[in-house]
Amino acid sequence: MIRALLSDDLPRSRVLTLVLLGIVLCLALAPFLFPGVRTVDTAARICIFIVLVASYDLLIGFTGIVSFAHTMFFGFGAYGVAFGLIHLDRSFWAMGLGAAGGALTAACVAIVIGLFSLRVRAIFFAMITLAVASAVAVLFSQLSSITGGEDGLTFKLPRVLGPAFKFGTETLDGRLFGVRLNGKLLAYYLVFFSAVLLFLGLLRLVNSPFGRVLKAIRENEFRAEAIGYPVIQYRVAASCISAITAACAGALYAIWLRYVGPETTLSMEIMINVLLMVVIGGMGTLYGAIVGAAVFVLAQNYLRNLMGAAATLMQDIPILPQFLSADRWLLWLGVLFVLSVYFFPSGVVGRLRRS
Amino acid sequence: MSSTLLRTQDLTARFGGHVAVDGVSCAFAAGALTAIIGPNGAGKTTYFDLISGQVNASTGRVFLGGRDISRMPVAARARAGIGRAFQLTNLFPNLSVMENLRLVAQSKSKRRACIWSMASRHRTLIEAAEQALEQVQLKDQRFQKISELSHGDQRKLEVAMLMTLDPLVYMFDEPTAGMSMDEAPVVLDLIAALKQRRDRTILLVEHKMDVIRALADRIIVLNNGCLAADGAPAEVMESDIVQEAYIGRGLEGALNEL
Repeated sequence: MIRALLSDDLPRSRVLTLVLLGIVLCLALAPFLFPGVRTVDTAARICIFIVLVASYDLLIGFTGIVSFAHTMFFGFGAYGVAFGLIHLDRSFWAMGLGAAGGALTAACVAIVIGLFSLRVRAIFFAMITLAVASAVAVLFSQLSSITGGEDGLTFKLPRVLGPAFKFGTETLDGRLFGVRLNGKLLAYYLVFFSAVLLFLGLLRLVNSPFGRVLKAIRENEFRAEAIGYPVIQYRVAASCISAITAACAGALYAIWLRYVGPETTLSMEIMINVLLMVVIGGMGTLYGAIVGAAVFVLAQNYLRNLMGAAATLMQDIPILPQFLSADRWLLWLGVLFVLSVYFFPSGVVGRLRRS
Repeated sequence: MSSTLLRTQDLTARFGGHVAVDGVSCAFAAGALTAIIGPNGAGKTTYFDLISGQVNASTGRVFLGGRDISRMPVAARARAGIGRAFQLTNLFPNLSVMENLRLVAQSKSKRRACIWSMASRHRTLIEAAEQALEQVQLKDQRFQKISELSHGDQRKLEVAMLMTLDPLVYMFDEPTAGMSMDEAPVVLDLIAALKQRRDRTILLVEHKMDVIRALADRIIVLNNGCLAADGAPAEVMESDIVQEAYIGRGLEGALNEL
């Protein structure tokens, strides 16, 4: 059962299994283990980024395609949900339709970009995706009448997913283990289970016959062609599937934030973060997405606090507190990355699997 | 005489001003092994490239079983029945020996691009790969990565890949080059067994005369991209054209130098 769910691709390392189990359990029980607006928000972000990073790993790690347009597809999904909920009505139906519309747009754009540029050298493809992604980001921030411009759009979710919706008030007194049973909790579990489903779907994909061909193409496209696999078709299909998954992640992000804007969904900064998460976790492993996203999002959210605490602790020692001052958190985040890439060139997962 | 399986008609490859293969017309029957010989740079490998599609013909055509395949991309030709083992080993370096062969078997399967099933549970493909492993005696190395394999074993695997693909036209480009004396027979026996099946066409680029003598039903000689001689082995070796092409040094002497 578990083997089938994980598509026969087990973590293959005891430490890694424990780490993954730990992360997944924490995410599954986050609202109960760490009640609090900020902690649950962090957990939801981790779930969403796991999907986004995994879908990017399908491209860069499994197929060997470098793309800079991944956040664009993420944005399509997010804006799709926003448009659906704003222009249709405040229902699940409109939300789903919006997400599907975003995913469809992402698929079409991915196919067009792929057909035009996946037959040329990898570097051109990377450049073209960069150009298209920048153009789309500018477009979305300029078309303020439709997209809300730089300010983005806020919208209302179906009532069931809002904090005002309460359930279990008669039977459980509206609480379970002290946690309020409301729409926000439901929204979290919508995000969590969607992420689980999408991740397992991707895991199946990379371990399918199709996924094996992608690896072959990454290893030696010349030979893959010579044994009968039309390389371009496989690459376009992979980038299309990856785009659809990224759009789904974007839709979840919009649902969680109840807001979309160019800064949160389309910016190059997110693209770079995704790249870092893939590298930290380990390319071509998919499990790397879980580790990478968890480490990165936690660092992004809590490194500042941690350093503040450390600085206070070392108050009496000269100089050190200045280095550890909370304002320097970005510097230390950078140091963290350099070190992790230096010591784990194959990522955390690659490293754990080897030992 | 069995029917023609592969035919090239005025096949020419021009790179700028250089003509690598110059109007070669030749038909190859099923069940026959044709050795292609000639000095380095004579266009033997380019001739292979034209047939399998790595190079597109400047002019001329390639027919497989009467069907014009000259404009088909490489992958489509491979699916149609043109298979090739490469001169320089050309494998998937970070995948296991087993996976290299499994991928070839998968290429022939109906569910080659299935995205929902698990590749690890397609038993028939794994069995096909295992059978090929046995043929070339690489069973013990099945889980090794290609990059950890010895050169000789890589060459064997190169041949096993082609055997697994089992095309209509087998093209071997110096299959035993760089193999030790005790490794080569494994490959040569496989090629001999293939000949016995009588339903496949085999093309073999080879420099070693003993190999050619043992296996070839026919020899064609390429020189400066042109078809210089074509016939039964004994005939061709003695022909004036061959003697002249090698400037009187004798074919065998010239070939052994290479």
